[in-house]
Amino acid sequence: MGSPMEYNGGSVVAMVGKDCVAIATDLRLGQQSIGVAYNFDKVVAVNDKLYYGLPGLATDVYSLREHLRFRVNMYRMKEEREITPKTFTHLVSSSLYEKRFGPWFIEPVVAGLPQPTELDPHPKPFISTMDTIGCITTPKDFAVAGTAADKLYGAAEGLWEPDLEPDDLFETISQTLLNAVDRDCLSGWGAIVHVITQDKVVTRRLRSRMD
Amino acid sequence: MDTLVRQLSRPAVPVHGEDDEAYGNAAEWGSMGGYGNLSRTGAISGMTVPRVLDPISFLATHTDNLSTNPEAKIKLAHGTTCLAFKFRGGIIVAVDSRASAGSYIASGTVKKVIEINPYLLGTMAGGAADCQYWETYLGIRCRLYELRNKERISVAAASKILTNLVYQYKGMGLSMGTMIAGWDKTGPALFYVDSDGQRIKGNLFSVGSGSTFAYGVLDQGYSYDLSDEEAQDLGRRSIIAAGHRDGYSGNTCNLYHVRENGWEFIGNYDVSQEWYKYNEKEKKALEHAGKAGVQGGSPMAVEA
Repeated sequence: MGSPMEYNGGSVVAMVGKDCVAIATDLRLGQQSIGVAYNFDKVVAVNDKLYYGLPGLATDVYSLREHLRFRVNMYRMKEEREITPKTFTHLVSSSLYEKRFGPWFIEPVVAGLPQPTELDPHPKPFISTMDTIGCITTPKDFAVAGTAADKLYGAAEGLWEPDLEPDDLFETISQTLLNAVDRDCLSGWGAIVHVITQDKVVTRRLRSRMD
Repeated sequence: MDTLVRQLSRPAVPVHGEDDEAYGNAAEWGSMGGYGNLSRTGAISGMTVPRVLDPISFLATHTDNLSTNPEAKIKLAHGTTCLAFKFRGGIIVAVDSRASAGSYIASGTVKKVIEINPYLLGTMAGGAADCQYWETYLGIRCRLYELRNKERISVAAASKILTNLVYQYKGMGLSMGTMIAGWDKTGPALFYVDSDGQRIKGNLFSVGSGSTFAYGVLDQGYSYDLSDEEAQDLGRRSIIAAGHRDGYSGNTCNLYHVRENGWEFIGNYDVSQEWYKYNEKEKKALEHAGKAGVQGGSPMAVEA
């Protein structure tokens, strides 16, 4: 059997825009070469300003998602406020490092807009990504993960530009994902894109190649 | 002493080409010289083989013929779907067009049907270069046969040239699973030939990583008495199904029809576009069935 990271296939990408962020995923669930389902959403909402994606081994996607739901709910009850993207990233990171010697086979991608506060009235859009054992990177442009990560880097490097408005960011992230997964045998089979702004989240399903 | 050493270090296996007699005879460079590594008779000469005692076991450690040797330096591209079947109206040959290297899709526009001559088609699965080279070579041998015998070669004989050829190189890393389809004086003929040296005559074959999915659709819809249009649609549908389910197949489908007067290229179809078309048709048929009073939706409905 090959690597657990490539067993089910799938990819996630997140991008920063002007006062907005976007996160997108493909919908394929496979067993190596065989496509099994095209409704496997790998992106989850924490709240309406914070989303995260979990590409990697599907069984761990479910387990880690439930684990994080529990941890975020505990945080909400104790703190009586919503978790910030930065704090959430550290929560995910420490959850991953807990399994340092037998890791979750997942590389999470986080995308969110922090709430404006008195101290920071104009917070910057936030994205981050981690390796399987929780080493955090916080890029200022885009974050990619999954079986099409290398192809996503290529497409994103060519298409992304600073200060994109929500509509342009949607176009950019959609084209990035679609063109990257069309060069990957293990990703594709449909896609979902979320564009997060301060007043709303726009979620669209993309019609993509089915081969 | 030097001569003794030279004698002892000579390879035990006789090796063609390079510094052998090929350069010796001046006449060999003229019209009697053959072409490339083809001799005047059309036989292969000068195909270089590693100069070691046992080239087969040497190559086994350096090639990854069956994707079982991850240490191998020479990796081969796998993943494909090819099918061919005989029916009343001749032979249908359909293939996909994806070339993958690992999980990377290196190309989506590969021609996996090799047009050997106007009456013979070969399909490509396994090593692309192996199939392309040896099937082109087969075309040369078929033309020589035609010139010598004033008669077209039979598909059986043509496919046997290929089997005998690849059998010579057995164990040295050749990787090909091919179907040879054509029309000769005996009518339509279809053979499966692979690099193990296997050669099988048959009515219906499917080859490659997506072959199981293609067989599913093919077996379900196959009958010898299919009309031309039905047969072409079945071939196309089978490749679409395989391209959809198999991660290593897809992009487009190339469709050929072999009849008495030789093969005809029917068309190139986008797998994804065709899949959406078939899916729409299926959806409409289901809706229709629902309206006609059949209970519930699809019996295979997946939770939302």
